[in-house]
Amino acid sequence: MIGAGFADPVQDSQRCFRSVLEAMSRPGRIFQLPPLAEPPTPLHSATAAVLLTLADADTPVWLDRAEPLDWLRFHCGCPVVAEAGAAQFVVAVGAMPALAGLALGTEEEPHLAATLLVQVQGLQAGQGWRLTGPGIEHAHRLAVQGLPADFLAQWAANRARFPQGVDIVLCAGDSLACLPRTVRIEEAG
Amino acid sequence: MIEAGYNFGYLDENTKRMIRRALLQAVALPGYQVPFGSREMPLPYGWGTGGIQVTASIIGADDTLKVIDQGADDTTNAVSIRRFFNRVTGVATTEHTAEATIIQTRHRVPEAKLREGQVLVYQVPMPEPLFRLEPRVAETKRMHALADYGLMHVKLYEDIAQHGAATTSYNYPVLVNGRYLMSPSPIPAFDNPKLDMMPALQLFGAGREKRIYAVPPYTEVRSLDFEDHPFQPARADAACVICGARDSYLDELIVDDGGKRHFVCSDTDYCASRPPLVEAAA
Repeated sequence: MIGAGFADPVQDSQRCFRSVLEAMSRPGRIFQLPPLAEPPTPLHSATAAVLLTLADADTPVWLDRAEPLDWLRFHCGCPVVAEAGAAQFVVAVGAMPALAGLALGTEEEPHLAATLLVQVQGLQAGQGWRLTGPGIEHAHRLAVQGLPADFLAQWAANRARFPQGVDIVLCAGDSLACLPRTVRIEEAG
Repeated sequence: MIEAGYNFGYLDENTKRMIRRALLQAVALPGYQVPFGSREMPLPYGWGTGGIQVTASIIGADDTLKVIDQGADDTTNAVSIRRFFNRVTGVATTEHTAEATIIQTRHRVPEAKLREGQVLVYQVPMPEPLFRLEPRVAETKRMHALADYGLMHVKLYEDIAQHGAATTSYNYPVLVNGRYLMSPSPIPAFDNPKLDMMPALQLFGAGREKRIYAVPPYTEVRSLDFEDHPFQPARADAACVICGARDSYLDELIVDDGGKRHFVCSDTDYCASRPPLVEAAA
């Protein structure tokens, strides 16, 4: 049995997209989406909503879990690829794949880079990392639970590749925060 | 009321998704031109087909839309685009900058300071800042990849050497976040400083050229210049004849056969928000 997607696909995907657009424009700020009635296990509501909003037949998707694939194919009609490096949207429910192994775009066409959706245990504003860069007036604080220990080193390498590099959408429950490749992350000091 | 037979926002959902993905890449790559599959719109190229597609992809039922054409809310282009969105989305429209959540603009940035939560959508005729210097797209792509913008500096240098100052008074090239050279669309150079560290999100759509680009909020936008010839935004040295403003961008009007000139604010909402000058002065 495949669970339902958006109740009102046109309005709900618009609302979700505006939150993602704002989140990408203001890195590290947490945005709450209207909860989805039946997100497919093990996807969180936010992860599922972002996929419903952005994935379609033009976007190869890679997932590290097989359970939501029927739901994803039915609602988005997107090709599911076996190699994370070939996907435009990479979804990590478990361990995050290495950033350097994903599509990074090219010097001339950096917009061909992948967007990585990472499902994490928790997001808190006002503590943790110190974020600076475009979209941030002074600094944003963001604490994330559930990322690999070497994440900051991987991120520094990703940022150094600019304009190439992946963008990350962190999803926890029905909230999300974005890390575009421009953002600079420092350990809380 | 929404016109029957159209999807919300006129565009179909597949097109919106494609534009939305391009917009997210554009925000992550400040100043970089993202190609997109521009659709045929119910108005000709040059009338804002790029801006309209961007607006149609982001607009929601609870948005309030303002549309300006050279600063004015009441010119043909602004009125027809505002009515178009009212027919295909039913959203509220306004002429007041402070009330709007989305402002679509042709060739001006409003005088009033924009705030967080607002989105400024520019209609762009030619997104490539280098196109007058290098006509080959393959070559300009390479130049952007290498951040090789010497050609533009040479052009500015030649302007200064020949005329004593940069002669570009609109569409003055800017460097975004210290990386990509960007056309700010044909806004007057007077407006360029407003792009820098703006709290609102700025999106640019070029329909004919099929490019989308963006400047995230609070991002450095620097007009190209030289240390000994700093960038100088130009403005007519006059006051608006309606409100007396000396800080706004002015349109020049020829008012009689003798060539008598008047200057009025280009931003009609800004002008109307100020107390008018006393009539007796005329």
